[in-house]
Amino acid sequence: MNKQLKLATKKISYRTAINQALHQEMERDNSIFTYGIDVADHKRIFGSTTGLLETFGPQRVFSTPLSEEALLGFGLGAAINGLRPINVHIRVDFLLLAINQLVNMVASYHYGSDGKLQVPLVIRAIIGKGWGQSYQHSKSLQSFFAHIPGLKVVMPTTPADAKGLLISAIRDNNPVVVLEHRMLYDVEDEVPIKPIPTPLGKGQILKIGTDITIIATSYSVVSAVQAAKVLEKQGVSVEVVDPRSIFPLDENLIIKSVEKTGHCIIADYDWTFCGFSAELATRIYEKLSHKLKSEVMRLGFAPTHCPSTRPLENEFYTDSIDLIRAVEKKLKLKEMDLSQETFYSYENQFRGPF
Amino acid sequence: MNRKKIILNLFKKAYLIRTTEELIIKHYDNNEMKTPMHMSMGEEAIMAGVCTALGKNSQTFGTYRSHGLYLAVTEETDKFFAEMYGKVTGVLKGKSGSMHLLSPSDGLLGISAVVGSTIPLAVGAAFANIYLKKKQITTVFFGDGAVDEGVFWESLNIACSKGLPVLFVCEDNGYAVHTPLSARRGYKSLTNIVKQYSCSVFETDSTDAEQIYKLSLEAINSIQKKHRPAFLHLKYYRYLEHVGVHEDFHAGYRTKLEFMEWQKKDPVKLLRNKLKDVKVKDMDIIELEERINKQVEESLQKAKKAPFPDPSELLKNTFYEQTA
Ligand SMILES: Cc1ncc(C[n+]2csc(CCOP(=O)(O)OP(=O)(O)O)c2C)c(N)n1
Repeated sequence: MNKQLKLATKKISYRTAINQALHQEMERDNSIFTYGIDVADHKRIFGSTTGLLETFGPQRVFSTPLSEEALLGFGLGAAINGLRPINVHIRVDFLLLAINQLVNMVASYHYGSDGKLQVPLVIRAIIGKGWGQSYQHSKSLQSFFAHIPGLKVVMPTTPADAKGLLISAIRDNNPVVVLEHRMLYDVEDEVPIKPIPTPLGKGQILKIGTDITIIATSYSVVSAVQAAKVLEKQGVSVEVVDPRSIFPLDENLIIKSVEKTGHCIIADYDWTFCGFSAELATRIYEKLSHKLKSEVMRLGFAPTHCPSTRPLENEFYTDSIDLIRAVEKKLKLKEMDLSQETFYSYENQFRGPF
Repeated sequence: MNRKKIILNLFKKAYLIRTTEELIIKHYDNNEMKTPMHMSMGEEAIMAGVCTALGKNSQTFGTYRSHGLYLAVTEETDKFFAEMYGKVTGVLKGKSGSMHLLSPSDGLLGISAVVGSTIPLAVGAAFANIYLKKKQITTVFFGDGAVDEGVFWESLNIACSKGLPVLFVCEDNGYAVHTPLSARRGYKSLTNIVKQYSCSVFETDSTDAEQIYKLSLEAINSIQKKHRPAFLHLKYYRYLEHVGVHEDFHAGYRTKLEFMEWQKKDPVKLLRNKLKDVKVKDMDIIELEERINKQVEESLQKAKKAPFPDPSELLKNTFYEQTA
């Protein structure tokens, strides 16, 4: 029997999955500690760090001064000196204050020590969306992080990956940026009870299809799966590929899928210009130019800043309807009537404020 | 350690730094050492004094003005010169040049070309030592310019709020590149501000390595006794231009007269005189100097002859590759 099938699972939320990974890994390895602004307050980073302080004590779980740059350098100093730090940012946008440490120091430290020092450092940063988060609480920036040699970057979409990718990140001896999505925190799904790592650099096919491939990241995966379900009713078979790991990249999985379907839409949860979507498109053209049945299409954030008000915010993001229309255009289908469709949004449950 | 031994140790380090840099000056204009050099000349007393006080079991971080620290901590010159020449036998196989030397086996955990950027690493390393119940102290050297950076204050605050065993050493030469303190500071006294933190503060403008050694011991003692960081503020005069191996008095932002005043209390000269105080024979001094001259000269020759790294080195260690 397939080993995978025998794994005991339980239906839990993305937030609980993250929390479980932290509990299980910190239990396993005393050198892991987690810290950052508000990590140990009563809200516990949307519940993701719940119970850690009580279980592991204030030396291993602590809130910090508002000093992002120094605190990332602090993590680097601890990492090269025998510990495995997990630095948490409640929004990706705040991690920008630590860019000097991330790019000039963390990313190059192993290289700059000629391999003598290792940097087993995890940075968890949460992408915001909805309830008027606006342009300083909603960035994802995976393209930017993945551009830097020496950093690994992952974007878990499913609860199982939220747990499995975090476990892999913690066990890796390289710095890993884990970009969680706030709107996914309440998503529930089956998750292995045991700490099973999701390997970095392995993508997954979330829905098998034959007519067209949608490669999506982070919250756009949710939109893509929804779009695929609606299109299925019209007899269109969409394959949804979630790379999960931006770097290292599972290029093979992506190329195979696009080779099979011949059509490709990339829905990256980021800006498109100089972005991860451009990287994917290039790689697809390099490998498959003569096998594509249509040009690769890229969708992402509007090339501006994310507005607060809902009607404009809707325009800023790519949603399921955008994806359905894109598929129709690509496959030269008539526009289907979507007036009877209800597009479930996790945001329906989200009353903010943050 | 008796005084004679201490003075000898201090002199060895200071003389090694001075001699190494004098040799660099002699050869730099041959354009074979292609790396930006921020010379330590003038600050030998700081590196000799603090590092002798720290002893073997300690961890250090520094800045691109790296030669003094690297040589004081390692006392080796083969890998050092090879690194300056970009050779595969260098400290980091020629990947780092002058500005990012390190030597983890000697406790030297990092040097960075970005001003202020190793300061928080020292704080994190000190946290790790407490966490792992190691008794080491972590020392970080930085210039007066680094104090202008927010990260210095962030790091000081974190170290003080957690009571970490960090020795902050500000090597104050009065300039950040060519801009003097007076043009950069909206306050009167750095040490008066640092005294407001939960931190012991020590300062001197002496170029006497023995005095700096003693002050460092006091600072180290205070860290161990009071379980909180210490801040050591040390003044010195940078003999050469900010980057490069030449004098720059012609530029007019500082005067040769000023330099000559400092030169009267040149740290290496002071130490050499002290060797006589502690009754080291002239013969022995000369022998020691010649041994170091020879070490340094041989290292330079070896470095020149060594091969460059193979192109296959380029991508190595970008990532740590797990070998399961
Ligand atoms: C963050 C950063 N800003 C600017 C520079 C350019 N720079 C190199 S050295 C230096 C002056 C630093 O002065 P100080 O800290 O006093 O050290 P010193 O060079 O005098 O030893 C500057 C501005 C840099 N390397 N890093």
